[in-house]
Amino acid sequence: MLNYTIRRLLFAIPTLLFISLIIFLLLDLAPNDPTGDLPLTIPPEVREKIRISLGLGEPIWWRYLLWCNQFFINEPLNMLGHIFDTCIGDCENRLRVSSWSTRSPVGDLIAERMPQTLWVVGMSYVLGILIAVPIGVYSAYRQYSWFDQAGTFVSMVGFSVPTFFTGVLMIVIFSVHLGWFPSKYNTLHVVTDWDSFVFQVRQSIMPVSVLALFNASQISRFMRASMLDNLNQDYVRTARAKGMTEQVVVLVHVLRNSLIPVVTVIALGVPQVFGGAIITEQVFSINGLGALLILGIQGADIPLVQTLTFIFAVLIVLFNLIADVLYGILDPRIRYD
Amino acid sequence: MKIKSILLGAAAAVAIAPAAFAGRGDSGHLNIIFWQAASILNPYLSGGTKDVFSSSMIVEPLAVYDENGNMVPRLVDEIPTVANGGVSEDLKSITWKLKTGVTWSDGSPLTSADVVFTANYCMDPAGGCQQLAKFADVSAVEALDAQTVKISFSKAKPFPYSAFVGTSTPILQAAQFKDCTGAKAPECTTQNFGPIGTGPFVVTDFKANDVIALKANDTYRDAAKPSFGTVTLKGGGDAAAAARSVLETGEFDYAWNLQVDPAILKQMEAAGKGTLVSAFGTSVERIMVNFTNPDPALGDKRGTIEGGAHPFLSDPAVRNALSMAIDRQTISDAGYGSAGKPTCNVLPAPAVYASTANDGCLVQDIAGANKMLDDAGWAKGSDGIRAKNGVRLSLLYQTSTNAVRQDTQALVKQWWNEIGVEVELKNISASVFFGGDQSSPDTFQKFFADVEMYTNNFDGTDPEAYMGGWACSQIPSPANNWLGSNMPRFCDPKYDAMVAEMSVTGDLGKRAELAKAMNDMLMQGGAMIPLVHRGNNSAHANTLAGVKLNAWDSELWNIADWTRTN
Repeated sequence: MLNYTIRRLLFAIPTLLFISLIIFLLLDLAPNDPTGDLPLTIPPEVREKIRISLGLGEPIWWRYLLWCNQFFINEPLNMLGHIFDTCIGDCENRLRVSSWSTRSPVGDLIAERMPQTLWVVGMSYVLGILIAVPIGVYSAYRQYSWFDQAGTFVSMVGFSVPTFFTGVLMIVIFSVHLGWFPSKYNTLHVVTDWDSFVFQVRQSIMPVSVLALFNASQISRFMRASMLDNLNQDYVRTARAKGMTEQVVVLVHVLRNSLIPVVTVIALGVPQVFGGAIITEQVFSINGLGALLILGIQGADIPLVQTLTFIFAVLIVLFNLIADVLYGILDPRIRYD
Repeated sequence: MKIKSILLGAAAAVAIAPAAFAGRGDSGHLNIIFWQAASILNPYLSGGTKDVFSSSMIVEPLAVYDENGNMVPRLVDEIPTVANGGVSEDLKSITWKLKTGVTWSDGSPLTSADVVFTANYCMDPAGGCQQLAKFADVSAVEALDAQTVKISFSKAKPFPYSAFVGTSTPILQAAQFKDCTGAKAPECTTQNFGPIGTGPFVVTDFKANDVIALKANDTYRDAAKPSFGTVTLKGGGDAAAAARSVLETGEFDYAWNLQVDPAILKQMEAAGKGTLVSAFGTSVERIMVNFTNPDPALGDKRGTIEGGAHPFLSDPAVRNALSMAIDRQTISDAGYGSAGKPTCNVLPAPAVYASTANDGCLVQDIAGANKMLDDAGWAKGSDGIRAKNGVRLSLLYQTSTNAVRQDTQALVKQWWNEIGVEVELKNISASVFFGGDQSSPDTFQKFFADVEMYTNNFDGTDPEAYMGGWACSQIPSPANNWLGSNMPRFCDPKYDAMVAEMSVTGDLGKRAELAKAMNDMLMQGGAMIPLVHRGNNSAHANTLAGVKLNAWDSELWNIADWTRTN
């Protein structure tokens, strides 16, 4: 297993380098312009000077190598220096990957936005799983019961109604008419005591539940289908024949076997948590990583978009590997070596 | 013991503070929402409106424009003029005298050295300064003494109020930015995110593209101001959500740039929590008419003077008919509501420059347009499209992607169809359309279409540079890398003569006459079809007093005077 993991990790390196080149070329060759969003009162000659000051006068291969140098060498060195609180090499003059719109290091922007994204999107993912698994199990166990029908209906609604609709609907009901929850997420809020914790919960309820509904709908369908596959297997009949209680049959024998495909789905969904929820973050002004990415794309902020998308690529490759390793742990029959 | 003494100290400070600064901080906390969040607080590195407005609470220029477009002194006692000796007789220099006793928020005094430093900071060729146009023709900026700055120009400047007038060119503190000049400018993140200023507020926390926390500046020159002790400026979301948070939920006190369907805004305002306000600057939504031939078959000569005149838009009758067929009132009502007025001029404001010679276009006249085309020999074919000598009146109409613009396109297409003109619509992402990517055929400078629509305006109140944009020399072409603002490729020696005359005319009345004449020439020559004079829509809570919406400068220009009422 260890050999397998190491082999996979080594294979990932050329893959990721190739991905980074493709992303760079896609962004750079797109007809976008970082000065396109500026007011028209800024004359074209000044725009040309701005573009040159951003480094756009350099040839394309040079800019790619520059980004590689900044991302693969300077950023890790800087991070190490930050962790150990020292200065490695020429840390004062080392250029970091910097956003064109804020002129600040992209790494800092990501670190600043990570907490709210992980809190809201991560929480909704965990909550979604916690809701989905029991619903999926019970729906499959009592197939075609009223509970199963209701669960199917709710998950269809949750899956097919877009979050920009459910989000705005919740704002209109709970913020405008009832006035219970704030419609805008306050990222400056710090939890220090009980009252501030309550506020944090109040401001997260709407975005978290909008996203949790969506996640739960998806996962509960997988759970139900996987349970149904297993419930009719011979080993289940054997377990029942041995006189085991229904509880043990369903929750120990069937559930464990049914979880294998569901765990893969869940593991592969984790990179999306880091990617943020672009639409929901926009609706509630959470300003997490999803909002950062969309802003970067709109403003043609190439270093920002390049770095963010590349980090997502790394996470996807990584979680694919984790899912494969988990497979082996959950199912002893699967061996890679 | 230790805790007790700290508490006592804090209590004493709280007790003394209100007495020492009566008025400052009395109104408590102010919540502002800018749905486009500020990326940086240094306007020299980002000319975006959101960044300039946000930084205007912190750093200040020498003078600003008030809500009527008049200059008001900020860091000086009076505006220099030829009459008071501040502007030299030959119009080649201006001398500003700083107000005495102004300090930066760190307590150090503001001196002329800061002004000189800021000018050099922006004029550094390696810095990529986005406000460089404000320093055009500046040959030297020098400190005559600690309070006096002289700005010299390389040629006579009849309107010398460009650098340091208006919040897009504020004074930076030399001590804070001394290591941030030239190529180093973008690397100074701490300075760019938290500039030390002379304004009413100081930054306490800045999260780029998200939120700014500010508190009242303890050393602000008016001891009773600002009335608000702390401010949060939140960003993110969209314009409709921002409007809702002020007008319906009341979570925020002020929202900026509410480009929302006017019917929805009216409905939100009916909730009774806030008020919509609008102000009109110089923005005009207009359709530019291409005088050159955009035919792809021309290759490199496409869209240039060398490629020849446009096959049918070179006919004045066609240009006039296109303008007559449009109902500007309907476009304004449907797309802009209280933030729009139909207009027939490309220069609708300030009032002294607004011409009344073209107002006939305010009334739609489809029958007249049809007759004009008939008389000019454009006869309708069997498909209802007019043609003459084998040239069909079929045009490509492009603009940026934006819901209101697409609605306008649909309306205009319908009216033009009624006069026998075939219209193909196209919309292009704003960052491509307004971006200057040389490799893209879709930029508004290349103008590879027959007509295109967008809004433009000018900074401040002086139209000289703006009107100069339609001189022959400003035509975008491959020779100048498609840089230039004369999109219609309008070229008339008489117009160029007026541009030259304006650049040497100092008298305000004479300048106004010239500007009106230039506007009329462009309108009557059919170089563009103005549609709507656009204003800014903003909303404030009913409990917020003192808002004077300003279209000539930052909307937050008088935030020091804002107060909370009950």
